[in-house]
This record gives sequence, C-alpha cells and structure tokens, in this order.
Amino acid sequence: MNKIVYKEQLSNDIYKIIIQAPLIAEARKPGQFVILQDGGDFGERIPLTIADADTEKGTITLIIQASGESTMLLTSKEVGDSYDNVLGPLGNPTELDNYGKVLCVGGGVGVAPMYPIAKALHNMGNEVKIIMGARNKDLFVMKDEMRAIADELILITDDGSSGRKGLVTEPLKELCEEWKPDVVFIIGPPIMMKFCALTTKPFGIKSYASLNTIMIDGTGMCGGCRVSIGDDTKFVCVDGPEFDAHKVDWNNMLTRLGTYKGIETEKKQECLCELKQKNEAR
Amino acid sequence: MHITREELNKTAEDILSKYDGVTLTAKDRAGIPVQEMPAQDPSVRITNMEEVNEGYTEAQVKAEALRCLQCKNKPCIKGCPVGINIPGFIAKAAEGDFAGANQVIKESSLLPSICGRVCPQESQCQATCTVGKMNKDVNKAVSIGRIERFVADYVRENDCDVAPEIKKASGKRVAIVGSGPSSIAAAADLRKAGHEVVMFEALHKAGGVLVYGIPEFRLPKKLVQHEIDNLKAMGVEINLNYLVGKTRTIETLMSKDGFDAVFVGSGAGLPKFMNIPGENLIGVFSANEYLTRSNLMKAYDEKHSRTPLWESKRVAIFGGGNVAMDAARTAKRLGAENVTIIYRRSEEELPARVEEVGHAKEEGIEFMMLHQPHAIVGDDKGHVTGVKVVTCELGEPDASGRRRPVEIEGTEQVVDFDTVVVSIGNTSNPLIKQTTEGIDVNRRGNFIVNEETLETTVPGVFAGGDIVLGAATVILAMGQGRKAAAAINAYLGDK
Repeated sequence: MNKIVYKEQLSNDIYKIIIQAPLIAEARKPGQFVILQDGGDFGERIPLTIADADTEKGTITLIIQASGESTMLLTSKEVGDSYDNVLGPLGNPTELDNYGKVLCVGGGVGVAPMYPIAKALHNMGNEVKIIMGARNKDLFVMKDEMRAIADELILITDDGSSGRKGLVTEPLKELCEEWKPDVVFIIGPPIMMKFCALTTKPFGIKSYASLNTIMIDGTGMCGGCRVSIGDDTKFVCVDGPEFDAHKVDWNNMLTRLGTYKGIETEKKQECLCELKQKNEAR
Repeated sequence: MHITREELNKTAEDILSKYDGVTLTAKDRAGIPVQEMPAQDPSVRITNMEEVNEGYTEAQVKAEALRCLQCKNKPCIKGCPVGINIPGFIAKAAEGDFAGANQVIKESSLLPSICGRVCPQESQCQATCTVGKMNKDVNKAVSIGRIERFVADYVRENDCDVAPEIKKASGKRVAIVGSGPSSIAAAADLRKAGHEVVMFEALHKAGGVLVYGIPEFRLPKKLVQHEIDNLKAMGVEINLNYLVGKTRTIETLMSKDGFDAVFVGSGAGLPKFMNIPGENLIGVFSANEYLTRSNLMKAYDEKHSRTPLWESKRVAIFGGGNVAMDAARTAKRLGAENVTIIYRRSEEELPARVEEVGHAKEEGIEFMMLHQPHAIVGDDKGHVTGVKVVTCELGEPDASGRRRPVEIEGTEQVVDFDTVVVSIGNTSNPLIKQTTEGIDVNRRGNFIVNEETLETTVPGVFAGGDIVLGAATVILAMGQGRKAAAAINAYLGDK
C-alpha cells in the first residue's frame, strides 16, 4: 500500500500526486517509470513516469492526466488514501553525460518525466535549453521547476495563450539551425515525438525519445510494449523506455497505441457517469 | 457423447461391489477399466472459465487405486521428477485413508493439488507404469495424477493437511526472487529448515506462472492462493511489487539487507516472436500478453475488469505446446467463433499434453497441422486480416529427434483471421543478468549453474526453474527449487 501524501490539481484533468514509496524513491534515476495498480483484482496496471523523488521523505511525485477510466479513478483518490500496488523503478535510466549543449522538448504532461532528466543534465554542467509545448496555457505543468534549471525556456502553445503560438517543431527547427545542440531529448504525445524526430533528422543531431506504449507487467514478460526500432523489435520496458528517435517506427507505434481506443472510450463514458453519481451522492 | 460425473461414479461403484472381498490377481487389476476424469460438458464449459475437470468421486478414486499392482520394481517412482512414493500413497488411497495418502505424497512433493492437475504424467510416472505396459497402452496406465489430485483436494476441503514442522531459528536469512513453482518449493523447504525466508514478487499477486499464465479453467486460482497462504502460515514473508534488479539489486539484498543467500526463480522472460512480416500489426499478441490479460488481470470478466481485451472472431494460434492450447481455449471462452492452432509438424509431434489436445478438440478448436506461417497480413488501418501459410511435409529427423518440417513449394495461401496469438516460447528475462555483476548466462540467456547445487557463478546465489531450464514444467521447476533449497541449507550450514 502506498499512501498519497499530497495532491494538487494542475489543470482541468492533470494532477500532481505525491505518494510514499521509499524504496522506489531511493532507487529511481531520471528516465525511469513505475506501474500503478489499484482497485482490487479488477484494476488495470498503468505505467506512469516519475516526475521527482524525495529520498529523505521516501516519496515520489507523479503527474497523472485523467484521460481514461483507470487514470480517472486513480486521480479521484485523495490525500490519506492509498494505492494498492506500485512497482518500480522500471526501465533503463537516461544516459546522462556531459554532452555540452542539450535541448529538451517536452509536450503536455511529457514535461513531467523530462524534468528529472533536464535537472540532472543541468547539474552535470550541460547547457540546457528547454522547449515546453501545450495546447493552451492552462495545460503547462512544472513550468517554475523547469525555469529554475533551464538556460533558456521557450514556451509555445497551440492557441498562443502563453508564449509563442505554434507547434514545438518550429522553435526546435530554429534551434537546430542556429544553436546546433549536441543532443535532443523528446518526451510528449507520440505524434509530437514523431514530428520532432523528423525535424532533427536532417540535421543529424542525436535524438532520444521516451516511449509510453501499451504495457502490462513492465518487467519483460508480456511483450505488449514491443516497438520496431530500425530492423529490430524491442521491448520498451526492458530495452527502453528511451530509444534513438530516428530509428523508431512511429507510424507502427501510433497504430498499436490505438488498439483499444473503441473499448476505452466506452469505458471512460461509463466511468464518468459513475464518478458523477458518486459526487452527487456526497 | 458426454458422460456425467454421476454416470462415471455409478460405473466405479459397480466395480467396487464386484470386487468387494475378492482377492485380486495382477490380471484382474490391470483389467479394471481406467476411470475417466469427470469433466464439464464441452458445450457448456466453452461459455465459462470454471475448471474443466471436476475430479474423481470417492468411488472412482478407490476403483482406480485398485488398478495399481503394487509391483516390486516400482518404475513409476523413477518416472517422477521428485520421486514421490507413488505405490505407497495409492495403497492408502485404495483403503480410503486419504489423509495418510497425503502424508506419503508430502514427503516428496509440496504442491500435489497443482501437480495432480498440470503435470505431464503420461510422459513421467504413467509412462513407465507396469499396468500401462501390460495393456500395451500408456493411456491405460494407472491414473496416478488423478488420484494425486483427489487426495490433495480431499485434505484441503476436509482441513486435514499435515502442518509442516519448522526447525528452530537458524539465524540465517534467505531471499527468494519470484513466487512461481520453483520459488514456492524453495521457500517452503528453507523455512522448514528454520531460516528466515523473504519472497520478492514483481507482480501484484503471488504465484508466478500459476497465476498469470495457466488459465482458471485448468488451474483454479484459489488453489494457488491456498498454497501461498500455507507459505505465509509457515512464516514466509511475501513482498509484492518488488522487482529484484530494479527496486533493489541482489548485491544490495546481500550486502545491505542482510540476506545470507539468494534463490532466483524469476522464470521465463521475453516472449519469442517468429520474426515474420506483420507481427506488429494490431491484433497480434504474445501468448504471455493474451493469457496475462485474461488470467492475472481478469479481463475475461468484461463487466468488472478494467483491462481491455481485443475482440476476436477468428483467432490463429502459432505453436503447439500447452501454452498454445491454453491460449486457444481461452480465445474460445472469450467468444471467438473460430480458433485454429497452426503448427508446422504433424499432430504426433505436438508438444502439448494429450489431455490438453483432447480437451481443445472437444471444445471445437481446429488444428491446422503441417503449416508454417510466412507472414501476417493486415488492412490499411493496421489490423490483422489474415495469415499467409505454406504447407509442409515431414522430412528427416532433426537434432530434437522429431521429423523436420519441409515446406512444399507453391502451396502458399492466405487464411482469414482477425487475431494472432504467438505461442512459440520465451527467451530468458534479462533483468537480473543486467543488474548482477558476475552472473554468467549461456547463449540463450539462461543462468549457468553448478548442476549438483544449482549455485550460479555468484557465490551464495542459487537459481532454478525456467531461468535455468528454459521453458519447462511446473514439476521440474518445483524439483529444482527443492534441490537448490537443500544446497542452500548445506551452504548456510558451512558458513
């Protein structure tokens, strides 16, 4: 059982939740993730990235977007409640190095897992520039934390409600042309990562993307998380989650992510109704 | 024509009354017909997840036990990987002393209710049985597994199982990595020896493959839970959600957490794929994923489970082992109209147990033998629409001794399917190897161990089960757990 010690609603459907998980807090490194399972026998296992950790308090920070039935139930819990099962840290840590000039691109809640990576790279003495993108200003997460460690922070929104108006690929292209980063880290919605990879490729700049695929056990057993990397099939949970963004078969990954879309939309609607009834009953 | 449990019981009662008070000759005994396992009607069971086999009645178990000759050379014991005193427990069962029979089994085996269900007896104890030899048919050997199962179920249901004796505290601590059959066996033996035993399981439920892999209809999960509860009652501590190698390394467990020895029973790992075009289309699953969704995550209960399942009408299963049969029969129960096993050799070479193949056939699973998949084809949305197969014939025997399938040119065809489950085995899990310095593995990634002690190349770290054997059976894994436990006892005694 892992107790929730802090909960904050960051936007309409994005929550910052801090839970007790001392062993994970101690072992985790930037780039790694956890799997949460809650709600007894019938609960789903959900992979979530670790946004931060406090080894003294023995806690880890999760940023959860309530986008489906299971994440809505996870975020409907309050401080003092517990999650039944938290497993981690999973996946391989980010390869941290003195790269020189590092460009981090985070989209939506993808900024959360980017934070520990950018912070570690900054602390190692890299020059770190960060592009943060979101649909609108309300959907930015961890903006202040990012500002504190960035040599330059570029905000960009689809609607121009904060920072530049446009897509992350635009400043990304400009920086590749003018600043010429040594390495690019990309985390965000798959479609964004695909186009970021296409943007950096002509420049020949090493680019890493952190993939969040369908996953059950997270320990190298089910094979649900497999992706095509170049000519090989790789498993995100034990070979990743970070891969050479230029080698990822993005179209296949995007298709596979849509496997349960129909069923999930249906379940989400049912869940919304249930939660609404529950709230009304209160 | 389905024969009900009541009808089978009546047949057994008739046999018992016929031989009541009669001194039986060996010929009489071998001549008693095999008592068939009562099972759910196939047309009913494909609509539910409940156990297919219903278990013998008391009359059946006594009648079947009468078939044992109590022969002098006891070849069955040599056929059993853990050397259970089979004639000993059958003699007790024939007398109706089921608690006594259980005591005999428990001298050698820890999980009779599980092994009685999932052991391949026809290639182990029953393969060497004298009665089978007399009848010139292995299927007419004494049904040792069915008797074992009855005895185990009887003591559980009547609460007369033997409580294991635990020696006084040794002051030593042993970590067990994983909670499958090899780990359960090792944990029980080490705890009995008086050591403090802590089990680490990555998933949110203990039992390993018994829980995530083998379906409910073949092994009810309440039986696995019963064995886990027994371990807890013995004082074994079970830590769930703990991935050794990631949450803590083996090195940390030994240097910081005070474990004097470690047993690794982490099981099989990454599922194998065929490496043919189309394997990453939507609707292609490894058997591990397919079964884990249904079993561990309970997705078969569509109403309650929050883990989704792919809806299938026509399912192709690649492979012919027990896991392939489990996947096929699961697909049928999940509502698929047509389920087809595609296997490149002939039915004779199918590695699955005869009973599983029989059950699958009764349930309407189709067998496309002597076909090799060449590609999985899909539509513009990336969904599976069919499998391109080529017909094979059997050539000369290969290294495995089985006749090698040879593809026949010009026989390629596409068969319509919307789902493919790849069930051709696993490679080993790389996590412990990656995070433990000094662990040597072979080219398949299986741990290299001392054959006598099962100690790995790291002192104090022992291993057993699929991480050492590759894909094996529950009983072999259990046997290795016990062997390693004995070696760990010796190791700790010398320390």
